[in-house]
Amino acid sequence: MTTGKVVRKLGDDISTDIIYPGRFMATVLPTETPQYAFVDDAEFNKKLKAKEIPPGSFIVAGKNFGCGSSREQAASCIKGYEITVVARHFARIFLQNSINVGLNMIICPTLEAEEGHDLEVKEGKVHNLTTGKSFAIEPLPKARQAIIDAGGLIPYARRLLLERPAR
Amino acid sequence: MGMTYVQKLLARACGKPAVAVGDVLEPPVHLAMSHENGALVINQFTEIFAGTGREAKVWDPSRIAIIFDHRVPAESSKTATNHKKIRDFVAKQGITKFHDIRGDSGGICHQILPENGYVRPGNVVVGTDSHTTTHGALGAFAFGIGATEMAAVWALGSILNVEVPATIKVVANGRFAAGVYPKDLVLWLVGKLTAEGANFKVIEFHGEAVRTMPTSGRLVICNMTVEAGATGGVIPPDAETERYLREEAGVTGPLDLFGPDADAVYDQVIEVDVSQLEPQIACPHTVDNVKPIGEVAGRKVQQIVVGSCTNGRLDDLEVAAGILKGKKVATGTRMLVFPASWRIYSEALRLGYLRDIVAAGAVVCNPGCGPCLGVHQGALGDGETALATTNRNFKGRMGNPNAEVFLCSPAVAAASAIAGAITDPRGGR
Repeated sequence: MTTGKVVRKLGDDISTDIIYPGRFMATVLPTETPQYAFVDDAEFNKKLKAKEIPPGSFIVAGKNFGCGSSREQAASCIKGYEITVVARHFARIFLQNSINVGLNMIICPTLEAEEGHDLEVKEGKVHNLTTGKSFAIEPLPKARQAIIDAGGLIPYARRLLLERPAR
Repeated sequence: MGMTYVQKLLARACGKPAVAVGDVLEPPVHLAMSHENGALVINQFTEIFAGTGREAKVWDPSRIAIIFDHRVPAESSKTATNHKKIRDFVAKQGITKFHDIRGDSGGICHQILPENGYVRPGNVVVGTDSHTTTHGALGAFAFGIGATEMAAVWALGSILNVEVPATIKVVANGRFAAGVYPKDLVLWLVGKLTAEGANFKVIEFHGEAVRTMPTSGRLVICNMTVEAGATGGVIPPDAETERYLREEAGVTGPLDLFGPDADAVYDQVIEVDVSQLEPQIACPHTVDNVKPIGEVAGRKVQQIVVGSCTNGRLDDLEVAAGILKGKKVATGTRMLVFPASWRIYSEALRLGYLRDIVAAGAVVCNPGCGPCLGVHQGALGDGETALATTNRNFKGRMGNPNAEVFLCSPAVAAASAIAGAITDPRGGR
């Protein structure tokens, strides 16, 4: 069970250039990328860096969130703040990167929520506690749940490596 | 039930008689490509081995390609240090397909792979770059992945949890009219499908326009399939594929050429008569905001960019040089040209294309990703407009969120450079 506030509402087709602009791509480590999260959305970036946004908060977005580049910084920079992204749909590479680095993401095709609303994630649904409406979560593509269950791709791949004979 | 090209490719790669959409596979990887973001891959790769007691060795150093292209030569000490870290790793691991910052062998990854014969029909190719879809032009199932996923490929030699994708079939009939190019076809297609229309799917190309298209054009259309969200684009290999691989990429030995089953089942079929297509422009700030050129002609532009992994090949430079020859880039407009590789640069030099381009007032830069993603060279000023042959126009893409980027073919770019405004290369219109 997770509850938190919607701290930012975004539209459709939010590209990785909006989440993590290309000009910061020389910064790669997950410990360093959060400083540039949504850097061109100056006010939001400032709040993030000032730690004014508590872990467990939500970003809500429309369809095709994370479209564009394969840059993993776009997932790791949000993960650094332990924010959950709820979108109507995600672009493929971003979805996979989120799972691999352990960013909480929820596919919720019918979600209606505004900034300041309180959300609760429970029993396969996103409940908007402010409006009293509930919205079904679309289960993740089945092949991906195993990686989440392992705690991300690094531990998952490490386990597979050890299960297989050394080269 | 018949299989599409990629379904058949995955079945073969995994040694199965058949696969169906949604099946989860772990295909072996024939080629794993990275560029500067290899620095992050190295970090994650080392993490996977941490505490295992095993030596961190890549599964097969001959199947890893690393190409420096995003920031060449290094624009900062941070990038230079990343380059150094990667060079050290390449040497330690014995990685052979490494393309450093060199005028005799460097370039953009999505041109270096084809021109060196690193990609073959039937291959599974993954790259830490979303435009890895490019290599479907040679009959590979090629797609972009993140750095951590690549680290797992380096460790295991296979790509985990691949769901067999559904396929959209595009049949491009007819021949292109003068002044209309493969770039116009793919821009039109992205506009039709929308930015998420092919998410998690593959686009398979057929038809006379594709059959008669040289590999350079096929690379353009597969490159941009990701802009419709596609996992990959693919062209079932044919005589042109074999010609390119033998004559231009120096490939010897047997090739595994096959096509989709005649009774393959497609998610959707799109037919288009390319002879009716006009030059297309993708308008800010999404690639699917595509309009025929007539709707945006006359719009002033301050920067023209010809090049990138989409349109920096020899025929693109030939078209641009042909239009620019004896003319001048308009005052108040700057034009930057980025050949896709140093092999192309050298050929364009020999053939006089670069001479004509420079004489017109354009600046020829070294092969690389340049301004396309706003990391290096050619950033835009506040309120400026760019017209580029690159593949993305997202807000902030060319280094400035207060600027606009339009996308087009090299012919439109060159004609517009002379006019200083978006211009139809067909003239008199």
